[in-house]
Amino acid sequence: MTPLSISHFTATSCIGRGLDEMIASLRARRSGLAPCTFETVRLDTYVGEVPGVDEESLPHELRRFDCRNNRLAQLGLRQDGFMDAVQASVARWGRRRIGLVLGTSTSGILATEIAYRQRDPATGALPPDLDYAGTHNSYSLGAFTRLLLGLEGPATVICTACSSSAKAFSSAGRMIEAGLIDAAVVGGVDSLCLTTLYGFHSLQLLSGAPCKPFDAARDGISIGEAAAFALLERMPPHLDSGALLLTGSGESSDAHHMSSPHPQGRGAREAMAQALAAAQLAPPDIDYINLHGTGTPGNDAAEGCAVSTLFEHSIRASSTKGATGHTLGAAGALEAVICAIGLRHGLMPGSANTERLDPAVEFDYLRENRANVPFRRALSNSFGFGGSNCSLILERSA
Amino acid sequence: MLTAYVRGVGLLGPGLTDWQTGAPVIAGTAPYRPCPTVLPAPQALPPAERRRTGATVKLAIAVAQQAVSRAAIDPAGLAAVFASSSGDGVICHEICETLATEERQISPTRFHNSVHNAAAGYWSIATGATAASSAICAYDASFAAGLLEALTLIAVSGAPALLSAYETAYPEPMNAKRPLPDSFGAALVLTATSEQMSLARITAALGDAPGDRMSEPQLEVLRAGVPAARSLPLLALLARREPGRVVIDYLPEQSVVLEVCECR
Repeated sequence: MTPLSISHFTATSCIGRGLDEMIASLRARRSGLAPCTFETVRLDTYVGEVPGVDEESLPHELRRFDCRNNRLAQLGLRQDGFMDAVQASVARWGRRRIGLVLGTSTSGILATEIAYRQRDPATGALPPDLDYAGTHNSYSLGAFTRLLLGLEGPATVICTACSSSAKAFSSAGRMIEAGLIDAAVVGGVDSLCLTTLYGFHSLQLLSGAPCKPFDAARDGISIGEAAAFALLERMPPHLDSGALLLTGSGESSDAHHMSSPHPQGRGAREAMAQALAAAQLAPPDIDYINLHGTGTPGNDAAEGCAVSTLFEHSIRASSTKGATGHTLGAAGALEAVICAIGLRHGLMPGSANTERLDPAVEFDYLRENRANVPFRRALSNSFGFGGSNCSLILERSA
Repeated sequence: MLTAYVRGVGLLGPGLTDWQTGAPVIAGTAPYRPCPTVLPAPQALPPAERRRTGATVKLAIAVAQQAVSRAAIDPAGLAAVFASSSGDGVICHEICETLATEERQISPTRFHNSVHNAAAGYWSIATGATAASSAICAYDASFAAGLLEALTLIAVSGAPALLSAYETAYPEPMNAKRPLPDSFGAALVLTATSEQMSLARITAALGDAPGDRMSEPQLEVLRAGVPAARSLPLLALLARREPGRVVIDYLPEQSVVLEVCECR
């Protein structure tokens, strides 16, 4: 693929609002997972809840979009001068030449879940104030963000479960490469809701403790929430030293099972191999892999298998979900931003909560931070239900 | 400008059972007689999986299968874009209903079938397609958004792609919030270069003219009422095998302008 400039980025998760707090938490190896007290949920699990989401207030003219997911989106967009960077990009390219591609798995479904408790006892009707298009619908996130940022280019929301917002980078990259647009706001927002908490519980995939990716005794995921965004732009004629780039992306389908990965990680390996080919790189060119690493026995085993068949055993890799939880549709964008942070600050984050490494792991799984190690290239993995896989390669220019 | 060649078409909707019999209707050479959409069982899926799939997956797979058969192309190597304004409405309703009870015991199968990309997942399982597949949503603009996703995929990769756009209605009480008249799906197999099997060449650009309407009043009701049926003006041109220009509804105050030529 034609490399693209990642000219600005931000992230908000349970380990921090914006980049400074995120970096401080990663350096301190702080996990944001805590026992679940969300809404009326009664499950013995840990979640990565972002504090203060409910205090976020949407502009009056956008109040039809008011729901937890869009509040989290706005909270995320307000960090790190991201909205100013988008306006500078609008001035550079024009608002019709900037696309918007976001990922989410459940958008604002929480609004409908709550509305189902308030149905009219006689007619069964939902309360009149439930705005389906503004909240529950997946594109609510896209419509809200597009209006908030004043963008008028193509807009799409990708809903491929836990690979959604990684695929947003790939999709927007193609739109730029095909000449449809010159820049794009990409990212992902997913927020806590009952469907995913009780749904993963029904599949017996929720851990009763903070998740421990690649631990020998791992027993499930901890659900988190996040808003992460990046501004992708056509390459400038002169690139500053240290500039961040998206140089590769790869996508594949497992064609195996709806909710469990191919046991040998066939699709995962294919996505990573495609990303390498797109970036014209060989496996030894990658310095660090941010793994999907959800903390379920099956997922981590399959991904570990894929990584060790493609990379040298010296490859350094970790999952950051022990710190942030699994932020589902936002995970791809959140972890791309964590890779960008790592490339900028020379930080390979160690895996929070992983105590005893799975003896089957055949690569350098980082349990401690590697700080002050300048490195050039990171690969980020995101895999989802339906066997949907996406790998991204981020690079720091020399 | 984005260009691709149409190699296969799939169609299923009220009074439209497939492309072969539906094409003269939407071309205006046969009368339109609407009756409720009948969804076939997805034969491509193994029986156990066939039982588990909801209406949305059945519809998405049915139109995709039609387009792939007409194109005489092996779906195993085909990238796929699935576009719809929502996941399965019945499953979503059942989950929300269960979550409003004291026990909140969701069925695990329902949960994994509730994801928006269920159709993409089942399609890849059914066909063995390991290439990239996507599931996208742009509310009422989902068809045009899916078409742009497929066209940019083809422009960058040079490889063919399948687009399946589909929509099924929610049951009550959701239907009152998001009323859709009936199920409708349309699929296209698109290639980067002209081939013996090509039906037409399409070129797309963004515009701001309002979307074209269907002259047959009941087909216009369908077009305006179901996001996937926003494809009808394009399908009508393909059905007539006539070169021409057609405007498809996209985002508010925006549209996609399509030039159709080299029709066969």
